[in-house]
Amino acid sequence: MANAPATTKKDWATDQEVRWCPGCGDYSILTAVQLMMPELDVRREDTVFISGIGCAARFPYYMNTYGMHSIHGRSPAFATGLAMARPDLDVWVIGGDGDMLSIGGNHLIHALRRNVNVNILLFNNMIYGLTKGQYSPTSEVGKVTKSSPYGSIDQPFNAVSLALGAEASFVARTHDMDRKHMQEMFRRAHAHEGASLVEVFQNCNVFNDGQFDMINKRANRDAMLINLVHGEPIRFGAENERGVVVDDAGNVVIAEISDVGEDALLVHDEHRPDPAVSFALSRLAASPHSPTPVGVFRSVDRSEYATEATNQLAAAQEAKGPGDLAALLRSNPTWDVA
Amino acid sequence: MTDVADAPVGRDVDRVVIRFAGDSGDGMQLTGDRFTSASALFGNDLATLPEFPAEIRAPQGTLAGVSAFQVQISSEPVSTPGDEPTVLVAMNPAALKSDLSRLAGGGTVIVNEDAFEERNLEKAGYADNPLEDGSLDGYTLIEIPMTKLTREVCAELDVKPRDAERSKNFFALGLVSWMYTRPTEPTLDWISEKFAGRDNVIAANTAAFKAGHAYGETAELGSHVVSVPPAKLDPGTYTNINGNTALSWGLVAASQQSGIPMFLGSYPITPASDILHELAKHKNFGVRTFQAEDEIAAVSSAIGAAYGGHLAVTTTSGPGVALKGEAIGLAVSLELPLIVVDIQRGGPSTGLPTKTEASDLLMAMYGRHGESPMPVVAAYSPSQCFDAAIEAARLALTYMTPVMLLSDGYLANGSEPWKLPDVASLPTIDVSFATEPNAMSEDGEPIFLPFLRDDTLTRPWAVPGTDDLMHRVGGLEKADGSGNVSYDPANHALMTELRQKRIEQIAKDIPPTSVEGDADASVAIVGWGSTWGAIRGAVRRMRADGQKMAHVHLTHLNPFPEDLGDVLRGFDHVIVPELNMGQLVKLLRAEYLVDAKPINKVMGQPFTAAELEREILARLEGTEV
Repeated sequence: MANAPATTKKDWATDQEVRWCPGCGDYSILTAVQLMMPELDVRREDTVFISGIGCAARFPYYMNTYGMHSIHGRSPAFATGLAMARPDLDVWVIGGDGDMLSIGGNHLIHALRRNVNVNILLFNNMIYGLTKGQYSPTSEVGKVTKSSPYGSIDQPFNAVSLALGAEASFVARTHDMDRKHMQEMFRRAHAHEGASLVEVFQNCNVFNDGQFDMINKRANRDAMLINLVHGEPIRFGAENERGVVVDDAGNVVIAEISDVGEDALLVHDEHRPDPAVSFALSRLAASPHSPTPVGVFRSVDRSEYATEATNQLAAAQEAKGPGDLAALLRSNPTWDVA
Repeated sequence: MTDVADAPVGRDVDRVVIRFAGDSGDGMQLTGDRFTSASALFGNDLATLPEFPAEIRAPQGTLAGVSAFQVQISSEPVSTPGDEPTVLVAMNPAALKSDLSRLAGGGTVIVNEDAFEERNLEKAGYADNPLEDGSLDGYTLIEIPMTKLTREVCAELDVKPRDAERSKNFFALGLVSWMYTRPTEPTLDWISEKFAGRDNVIAANTAAFKAGHAYGETAELGSHVVSVPPAKLDPGTYTNINGNTALSWGLVAASQQSGIPMFLGSYPITPASDILHELAKHKNFGVRTFQAEDEIAAVSSAIGAAYGGHLAVTTTSGPGVALKGEAIGLAVSLELPLIVVDIQRGGPSTGLPTKTEASDLLMAMYGRHGESPMPVVAAYSPSQCFDAAIEAARLALTYMTPVMLLSDGYLANGSEPWKLPDVASLPTIDVSFATEPNAMSEDGEPIFLPFLRDDTLTRPWAVPGTDDLMHRVGGLEKADGSGNVSYDPANHALMTELRQKRIEQIAKDIPPTSVEGDADASVAIVGWGSTWGAIRGAVRRMRADGQKMAHVHLTHLNPFPEDLGDVLRGFDHVIVPELNMGQLVKLLRAEYLVDAKPINKVMGQPFTAAELEREILARLEGTEV
């Protein structure tokens, strides 16, 4: 795929009218992807976007690549089949929190544990948009919506925690207000061999407007976004005055550097074989209303599923020779009738 | 083979039906399977009916735990596992109790008398020992202490008594092999091969088999010896094959004949899992098998592979088809090739997982939301599953459509001799991927329209990786030609009609209705699927009795052959036996306005030829035929 012909954003966009609500966070994600694709040295012909159902799932219609708008929740399964059949392709999966974490939760966790080489972008707006505003599996307890007039009583999923628990080899988080950060996460996901999950906090300005304001309004970011950088002590704050430490009880907590000292800061390591610390980092914020880590939580090497499957095919051909149908039909006892 | 008693010379008969029955743990399926294999290699025609409980180990000694295997071996062509066994091998009281009623009057009962002790009799619900109370007086009873004799013959071997007892099914197999003059080598060879590396198991099973074989001689059972000479089959090379294996091999063949690599997405389910097992072995044919997390992922992964240019298959049974319905609808909408294999079983819900039924026809036809027609192909015998699989693949690949391939539990597990086809004579399936734009845009640029159809209304198959043909497909309604999302009312009507027409016109490309028997008869028996053997047997008997009768067996259920209506209207009586409550009969009545009459059976078992004959004659009573 190297040395793909030079392209621009325009080459990656279709002529289809984009039909998201004006002001939707999906626009900024689409722009980030369309601007990034020309930098990846890949061909549009070798790229496939697969989605399920929901607002986010309209994404493939707007990418001038191969694409499939499939059925609700199943996009990781369609993508798994395609990636296994065609390991030469670059397969992206796009979906929202209802699509991927509710109806499609099963497929998401199995795609992650198998480590099939797909890049999964999970647009999390913490609400159902296309069905007009019901609470989603990431909505906070107490959320009042049309389907929860007295407040949601469902404990929400934390997408990063879920992915880490599902044996994911690459997990990252970003948000729709920072194109540069989004592109960096998407690029990292693309470069990763295996399943990569990027949770994108995305504003639904119609049914859940401002859900992420507290952490990603420009004025709040320094104090509220904890940028995870591999090899660096984890620190944040308007004056970089706060950080993340492991306390005496073994908990990963936020502390004032003035209290604990610089040397106490936890140094971020994406490559830890044990996901426990990454998991603890994912639990720092129960909702996007307190300091929230973004960046790559985990990136480890693990054998990729389609490669393993292809290797088994090659090994079988090596051992038995290419398939011989006549021999197969005679592989059980036979007898001749004259 | 000097240490095995010489085969006795028996009187020749043209057929026998033997039923092996015992506890689930007694190895009856294996015993039946081995007897079948030896008979096949001997040259008999045969058909088998394995019947077993859904539990892996049902409570020992109970009626629920009885596992049975019936086989008809014949010197003449046969199409069923036989109506009534002439011999019942009962390894315990429960087996005798549950299966005695099937035995022909005056038939032979061979029992393992060791198992007829108080506890087992009680579990089977016998107040008195049937071996002693005269209840078997109408039968020929052969009582043998199989457990004891097996234990004794294994005593000299390094085998624990409990392990030795497990070999008693080989004692029974040895005895029955002697009584029916079966060759012993195939079984002895098989034991050595199957248990290679476990020398004491080989020794125990071999000893038990030989002891059973010798017992016939020493106990002077010579008067029971029967020979079934080889059948006069067409010249050729044969193998004994069950439906699931034949279907798997048919799919491999379709992949070879089309040059398109196969992808199977599947989730374990009885009685379809054996197809996944079989295909997982054949990676050297380029077959990719994927055991998905559920039925929906299985079909979805297959559709993903189809988009990538593979011969996509998903295999399941009825409950799985129900789960796959939405995704199959997507394949209808995307117009991608996909084979959905439904090995039907008793329903609804979990129903009878290990028992046969053919009650998914209407689901295959209509079990999706919206107007979503797709071809339906049904296999009719174990070996014919091979051809049915190739036909399903041909229709899917030629017409870019999902195809439902129906088999059932009886075909899946039943076996018969199969004359191997000449591989060179198998049909090739022509597939060509789109490689270049197929239209011009308004400003004169070459463009690709993914839903531009050819004269069979089939759209092009452009796979990712192909230069300049980037396109999106999706479940939203598509504009004719461009495939872009369209909510235009007239376009939806047009696309709905096109999807219907393109399946209907496949009728031009399938064989016309085949009428067996008397084409000038006034009575036609119309069937589909696994009832073929029993209908054939019943029709043969009635014709032998001078009744004129035709047999029409449908392999294509959607679309039907173009001439089917005319053919059916040519008969005064159309009778439709089905292993359901009347599904094909509904379709035929609706489609052709013929007064077709149903014969239905939903007992988890196939029809016997005798009961069909009885039912058909009852329908014809008082009418002029």
